[in-house]
Amino acid sequence: MTLFLEQVLNGLQFGVMLFLMAAGLTLIFGIMGIINLAHGAIYMIGAYAGTYVAMETGVYYAGIPAALAAAALTGAAMEFLVVRRLYKRDHLDQVLATFALILISNQVITLIFGRQPLFVAMPEALSGSVELLPGVFYPSYRLAIIAVGLLVALGLYLIINRTRIGMLVRAGSTNRDMVRALGVDIRMLYTVVFGLGALLAGLAGYMAGPILAVQVGMGEQILITTFVVVVIGGVGSIRGAFFASIIIGVFDTMLRAYLPGLLRQVMVGPEADALGAGLSSMGIYLLMALVLLVRPKGLFPAHS
Amino acid sequence: MSTPILEVDHLHKRFGGLTATDDVCLTVEDGEIHALIGPNGAGKTTLISQLFGELVHDEGTILLEGRAIDALPTPERVARGLARTFQITCLLPDYTALQNVWIACQIRRGHSFRFFANVHGQKDLQAEAYEFLDRVGLADRAGELVANIAHGERKQLELAIALAMRPRLLLLDEPMAGLGHVESQQMVELLHSLKGQFAMLLVEHDMEAVFALADRISVLVYGRIIATGSADEIRSNPEVRSAYLGEGDELC
Amino acid sequence: MTQSSNKILLGIGIFAILLALPILADMFGQPALTSLATRVLIYGIAAASLNFILGFGGMVSFGHAAFFGIGGYVVGILYHHYASGEPIFGLIPGTNQLLITLPAAILVSGIFAAIIGALSLRTSGVQFIMITLAFAQMLFFLFVSLKAYGGDDGLIIRRTNELPGLNMRDKQTIYYVCLVIAALFFALLYRLVNSPFGYVIAGLRQSEQRMAAVGLHAYRYKLVAFVISGMGAGLAGALMANFMRFASPDMLHWTKSGELMVMVILGGVGTVFGPLIGAASFIVLETVLASWTEYWQLGLGFVLLFVVLYTQGGIQALLKHAFGGRS
Repeated sequence: MTLFLEQVLNGLQFGVMLFLMAAGLTLIFGIMGIINLAHGAIYMIGAYAGTYVAMETGVYYAGIPAALAAAALTGAAMEFLVVRRLYKRDHLDQVLATFALILISNQVITLIFGRQPLFVAMPEALSGSVELLPGVFYPSYRLAIIAVGLLVALGLYLIINRTRIGMLVRAGSTNRDMVRALGVDIRMLYTVVFGLGALLAGLAGYMAGPILAVQVGMGEQILITTFVVVVIGGVGSIRGAFFASIIIGVFDTMLRAYLPGLLRQVMVGPEADALGAGLSSMGIYLLMALVLLVRPKGLFPAHS
Repeated sequence: MSTPILEVDHLHKRFGGLTATDDVCLTVEDGEIHALIGPNGAGKTTLISQLFGELVHDEGTILLEGRAIDALPTPERVARGLARTFQITCLLPDYTALQNVWIACQIRRGHSFRFFANVHGQKDLQAEAYEFLDRVGLADRAGELVANIAHGERKQLELAIALAMRPRLLLLDEPMAGLGHVESQQMVELLHSLKGQFAMLLVEHDMEAVFALADRISVLVYGRIIATGSADEIRSNPEVRSAYLGEGDELC
Repeated sequence: MTQSSNKILLGIGIFAILLALPILADMFGQPALTSLATRVLIYGIAAASLNFILGFGGMVSFGHAAFFGIGGYVVGILYHHYASGEPIFGLIPGTNQLLITLPAAILVSGIFAAIIGALSLRTSGVQFIMITLAFAQMLFFLFVSLKAYGGDDGLIIRRTNELPGLNMRDKQTIYYVCLVIAALFFALLYRLVNSPFGYVIAGLRQSEQRMAAVGLHAYRYKLVAFVISGMGAGLAGALMANFMRFASPDMLHWTKSGELMVMVILGGVGTVFGPLIGAASFIVLETVLASWTEYWQLGLGFVLLFVVLYTQGGIQALLKHAFGGRS
């Protein structure tokens, strides 16, 4: 029972990380119409920058502004140098140009930091466990991630639904051309959206550091999972991104936790483990296929 | 009393809080030209899109030759004899004028799952396509890429493609839009020469054209049909006159 | 008239060079050139298959490596069962005959393409790109998890498949087999592109709305095109597995899909032979850059960025421009 609760919380934690990535990505897709593969690169750069500063200063919290700053700078550079030229281009050009950015970022990071993964220690205060229920302990750091993620979700909800910028964002994701036609400074809107996405990605990258390894290629793995979230949630919809992230986070975690065990009942040890791991990895994609059968536009499509 | 070729019953379409189509009832008789006029923003193109299947209506029925087509997607409606031209031309830009018509002929004939025949060897299709181009007066532009032909010619091409589908009912969405005086007159003559071959629902702003061509006219204002009748009836209808006041369009 | 007869002469010239290549390579003491050329031919087939739906059909599929990998694994798995003597699922015997494995690879990749296509083509645009990527990644994980077939380490194929009467251990023979298959493939592709079906697919790229308005059910045509495209990639994968005597999950990795797209754009989207040029360019670039530095992907990234942002139509267009205006 305690294991079950722990896995649910793990799923929630994974889901919340996915949300940080998916929120930015879905807005960029929905409002700017751009497919940006390099979003994962920003995640990675945030992780590396923050980890580097944390390692040099010995203070975990020093890494947070570093991660955010690096992500914002990278995002700004990307937008200014490359993405800006892609607004009017077709999807193929966008895919390839941002794919090129991934290649470049990965190699630059390897040049600077080498191929060995970096490890950053959790902050002292969060390295213990919290007793949630009598006898049930859960790592504080993971709880902190869940808390931060939910706070960000709340913040985004407030911004999108209660501010003027948020109204523009909502309008932009339902009808981009209309917003332009209304004379809104679309460039400013794009910059805000892209920047916000970058900040969230950088934050997610740095927070992930103590749990996963900080290494080249970490961005692509989470990016593809983020794509699944965006598809299931509905392109352009933050609400969809939120619910889909949680669903996928929990589903994926539960599958990985319990499927190998189930398989070991019918198969031999190492084969069962490998198959279990493989099938668990496939789980979210099969879920995506199922959702597509029923709702091709996702669960909460932004466009009517 | 023969079945009208098109019967629209109590059609409704809402976009959130906006009612774009408000209880529209309309018929088009076989062989007639029924014009649909109304101020800008009245919802004329929205109505055409619903009839053609590009937009799904919220309530109401659409009957083509007496059979309901509400559930049918656009290609099915085309197979049943519906065709349309687009206000903002919708053509294949990388192909020539001839190729645009050709592909319509090919699809109408149902040839399109053939993988090894050489398209360039199909002389009979080519000849048929050429004939339609000639019919609208574009024979000399056959080999030009769509990207290189003028706006007026594109409108003519839209019509040629529609003709190539041998429709029973043609939905024309502002065929005169953007045309100069001479071109408009040519288009009117062209449509007049096609009168009777099939029915037409003609959405237009150009009143001269409407009165020259239409057998009946319906007036659409804020998504609602406020009057239907002959040219004279419409001209003398007080509601219609007030709807057009300040629009700048002359009725006489 | 002279334009197309020039093109035909050029084509014959290139084919003649390709025919003579292994001999020339030996003469100049560069036998590795033959291997390079074999890889170019194989990737050319894969890239051209992708180009059919991408360049002609406007469907940006980011998961084509899946079919490439499936083709490779069909060969690998059939060989594995041939070598062990046990039939697959107790029913299907293994084989090492190329005349069986190639059609099998084409068939199986076609089936997967039908399933993935049927689901993915319900969407379009940005969604479609993500979904094709996701499905390919799913298959990647599947093959990684199959320990029986090598898992992460891949599946070794001890001997290249046999073709009656030929010595398939000879690198030159393999090259010629690939050349013949590539020639047949491109001939078929050329016919397909100029067929009524090809016409419709190109029409769908230009305006789906217009095509619906003339009575075309887009979905069916796109699905058939997707399946054909998948089968071509499967054929290439099967050839690659034979050539490398190895099949691995890396063949299905999303970066492989990316490489195929790079080849397509380098060569010029939407032309029949462009992808072959693109494959050649990519492999040459990769080989040259990798010999300078281990960070060759950095160079590739910049080249790709340049090509995407500053050239229209890739290398084929650049060449056309350099050697005599637009046709």
